[in-house]
Amino acid sequence: MAQVSRGAEPLLRGGAQPSWWRSARLKARLGHVLLHVVLIVTGFTFLVPLLWVVATSLKAPNQVFTYPIQWIPREPQWVNYSSMLTLLEIAGRPALLVFVKNTVIVATAAMLGTIFSSLLVGYSLARLRWPGRSLVFGLVLAVMMLPGVVTLVPLFLIFRDLGWLDTFLPLIVPSWFGSGFFIFLMRQFLTGLPIELEEAARVDGAGSLRILLRVVAPLSKPAMATVGIFSFLGHYNEFMGPLIYLDSNSNYTLALGLRMFQGRYGDRWPIVMAASTIMIAPVIVLFFFAQKQFIRGIQLGGLAGR
Amino acid sequence: MAYSIVLVFQDWDLLTPARFVGLANLERLRLDPKVLVSLWNTAYLTFVGVPLQLLLALALALALNVKLRGIAGYRTVFYLPSITPAVASAVVWLQILHPEFGILNNFLEQFGISRVNWLFDTRAAKPALIFMSLWGVGGAMVIFLAGLQGIPEELYEAAVLDGAGWWSKFIRVTMPLLSPFLFFQMIMGVINGFQANFTTTYIMTGGGPQDATLVTVLYIYRNGFEYFKMGYAASLAWMLFWIIMFFTLIQFLFANRWVYYEVGQ
Repeated sequence: MAQVSRGAEPLLRGGAQPSWWRSARLKARLGHVLLHVVLIVTGFTFLVPLLWVVATSLKAPNQVFTYPIQWIPREPQWVNYSSMLTLLEIAGRPALLVFVKNTVIVATAAMLGTIFSSLLVGYSLARLRWPGRSLVFGLVLAVMMLPGVVTLVPLFLIFRDLGWLDTFLPLIVPSWFGSGFFIFLMRQFLTGLPIELEEAARVDGAGSLRILLRVVAPLSKPAMATVGIFSFLGHYNEFMGPLIYLDSNSNYTLALGLRMFQGRYGDRWPIVMAASTIMIAPVIVLFFFAQKQFIRGIQLGGLAGR
Repeated sequence: MAYSIVLVFQDWDLLTPARFVGLANLERLRLDPKVLVSLWNTAYLTFVGVPLQLLLALALALALNVKLRGIAGYRTVFYLPSITPAVASAVVWLQILHPEFGILNNFLEQFGISRVNWLFDTRAAKPALIFMSLWGVGGAMVIFLAGLQGIPEELYEAAVLDGAGWWSKFIRVTMPLLSPFLFFQMIMGVINGFQANFTTTYIMTGGGPQDATLVTVLYIYRNGFEYFKMGYAASLAWMLFWIIMFFTLIQFLFANRWVYYEVGQ
């Protein structure tokens, strides 16, 4: 259906109006209306789970399982949200705030690391000539495809020997050493940048590092933003890493903390759903504002074999 | 990684010093019935789930690749679930699939379909997880969308002039130019399918009922971090690694038969 309207349009815009013009336009119109209907219905289906979380988070415990489902609670229980701050405390502070703080620290530090390392390695792979460069690029691709689970146990033991267990370090430090997908993304982007500016800077006597910081980095802002968003989301959502490395609940991130709420208040769904809403909301806001970046970032990836 | 290989030949519970046990871990791997069960579950979720996910993602991308009022809004709606944190969506789906109070059963009942014990029935648990995974196809959809938008308009115009209809445009223009994206998604889908499902199975089913959703990664986690059999966990991980490599290589081998790259790019 999509292709019909795309392909037909250029013909319609022509100066001459053949006799079938009106019916073709009518057909396109009808097609659009039909598409709207289909998208609204399927889109609503996709939204149901999220709407349900928010609705439940505002209900009183005895309203959760009433049928038919109340999509808009008659008396919204905003208290579910405020009680999350008082219900669960860690060392006298609201657990939720502790989790949020931990998550922000881990996700931000890891995001900065990912941007830094992918820019550095990506630049070197895209522009600098050195022996074994294509071999290293091949390795980066291979590591991207290597299942993380293989290194799960040895990494745990290494971090244990370093005395890093129950700290944020195992969650942050690896990202400063680069990760395959982001290096790949950055390299693809940098390969496409015009080389003239760099050459001009080199003629002016600037070294590689200086060129990277002064010329390349400012030009790479879109790619850096994409890498940053994806990396931040990845660490925000990560569950297995924190589960393995973090012990004391004062170090828990939101992903683990939500699990704690669920364990403690498993029978009090509104509370669990309020906690889920709190975890989902920032992601939705972030996506709303960075939407264009998302789609463009994927095109930057240059999957079409550039 | 080298460390990981060394571990395969050791028995280590972290408390007492590691002991060299030679091939004992591999022998145990061969005899452990749960290994086969977990591999079967993983393969089921991957080879049934990934094709369904890709089909749905492609269909959505085609439907959303139009100039239409409010198209950005629709794209957002379909993309949102895929960026919902896995922990949060696991909690949500626990509730939706709830045998007594869940929305899904209530919905099905309207059509006279009797209640299904989704996560507690050995036959329904894996389909339920796949159904749930379809909710998150937004990520794949966006990649297809990026691919579709990269197809030059002229090609469609030329095809129309040659008298091509919707179907032949799709088969002769869209699919060849989209094939690198499809290939990438298949590779990543299989790799992720084999590795993922950890968070969902860990939180939602704990591998149950009766190991019906015990995926290999969950079993590796259990051995390493619950039973503290580090050597055995490393052996299992290596087994999984070779299996993933095998399927990835097979896909690469067949790739040049159907994946089309533009010349000169």
